[in-house]
Amino acid sequence: MSGKPKLYYFDGRGKMESIRWLLAAAGVEFEEEFLETRDQYEKLLQGGSLMFQQVPMVEIDGMRMVQTRAILSYIAAKYNLYGKDLKERALIDTYIGGTDDLMGFIMIFPFLSAEDKEKQLAVIVQKATSRYFPVYEKVLKDHGQGFLVGNNFSWADVHLLEAILMVEEKKSDVLSGFPQLQAFKARISSIPTIKKFLEPGSQRKPVPDHKYVETVRRVLRMYYDVKAN
Amino acid sequence: MSGKPRLHYFNGRGRMEPIRWLLAAAGVEFEESFLEKKEDLTKLQKDGSLLFQQVPMVEIDGMKLVQTRAIANYISTKYNLYGKDLKERVLIDMYVEGMFDLNELFLMYIVQPADKKEEYFANMMNKAENRYFPVFEKVLKDHGKDFLVGNQLSRADVQLLEIILMVEEWKPEIFAKFPLLQSFRARLSNIPAIKKFLQPGSQRKPPSDDDVVDKVMKIFY
Repeated sequence: MSGKPKLYYFDGRGKMESIRWLLAAAGVEFEEEFLETRDQYEKLLQGGSLMFQQVPMVEIDGMRMVQTRAILSYIAAKYNLYGKDLKERALIDTYIGGTDDLMGFIMIFPFLSAEDKEKQLAVIVQKATSRYFPVYEKVLKDHGQGFLVGNNFSWADVHLLEAILMVEEKKSDVLSGFPQLQAFKARISSIPTIKKFLEPGSQRKPVPDHKYVETVRRVLRMYYDVKAN
Repeated sequence: MSGKPRLHYFNGRGRMEPIRWLLAAAGVEFEESFLEKKEDLTKLQKDGSLLFQQVPMVEIDGMKLVQTRAIANYISTKYNLYGKDLKERVLIDMYVEGMFDLNELFLMYIVQPADKKEEYFANMMNKAENRYFPVFEKVLKDHGKDFLVGNQLSRADVQLLEIILMVEEWKPEIFAKFPLLQSFRARLSNIPAIKKFLQPGSQRKPPSDDDVVDKVMKIFY
């Protein structure tokens, strides 16, 4: 065993992408096993590796961790990306909750019908520009510091950058009303570990396509229609 | 100001109930402001009290905390219900996140259209019986201790009890298969702060009836 964390998921973003971002930001090398077939998934199930029969699952520090938030919180705490005290942690948790909700709207996007995709795109842009981005814009404006919390790089900064880039993929000029976020984006993107993750050839996954959707549906036998929010 | 935490939500379980449970288990008295109509929500949104325009919101220690997990994490840490180290915390988090997922299913049940309710209910109970409860039964069986993590009371125990009692309201016969969850339930219910919360007159909320559903639809949809 290499000692590096090992990620079990599909070869695509989904719920694992935030974990890839956080490990990368922390400068932690990791391995990945991609689920391509139903058989692989059933092997994992039968082996008892998936506590609630679900992925993401990450083998790390002798544990088989499941539940995205549990995994992220562990990595954040281990690599000092979770603030210095309880109050900073509460702020980070709050901001993560927002970016998580925002990315949730985008995560279901590839699974929607063409008609629902159109509606959902409008929802994503509306929520980003009227509910979520204004909050982070104001946080940065009010304290004038380089990072969201405690004048230190944290999980909240990584998660926000991820969310910004995902929304920009849907609408490239979406940051036009948000000068603080534009500067934030440039600043965080140039942090060496993040810069590396943003380069071609990294383990960052591309925008999900229909091949990804097919793989997920096949492996999970998830053939029902996914409804928009 | 009383210094007690103040919870802002509608008068029902929803996403605030796990927080009520945590505060009660920690022996912390709290106050509540109930949203009765849409204007109550709009007022909170307009005065800047809700960071993302949403409830739950809890006024505590000079903060207006939003986001259910942020609130629950804060309370759990402050009142020592989150394990003693990182390894215990991640176990607690894994268990609690599973319970959150199950609770989300329960929340969404009350707003299902009439023709979907039966199928939804069956799926919900199936998940409880085959995905979630077996995990916690096994955890208790494997270590033989009274509490889920680290041999002391944590938020995982409090939230498991909450989930057990909710499922019991709907389908008590499920628990025939889970003897350790039955004894867990009895044991946890006897902890004084929890016993008090389980008595009539506490701030624990009843299952949502049609009136609550109506109100929720009017306030949020």
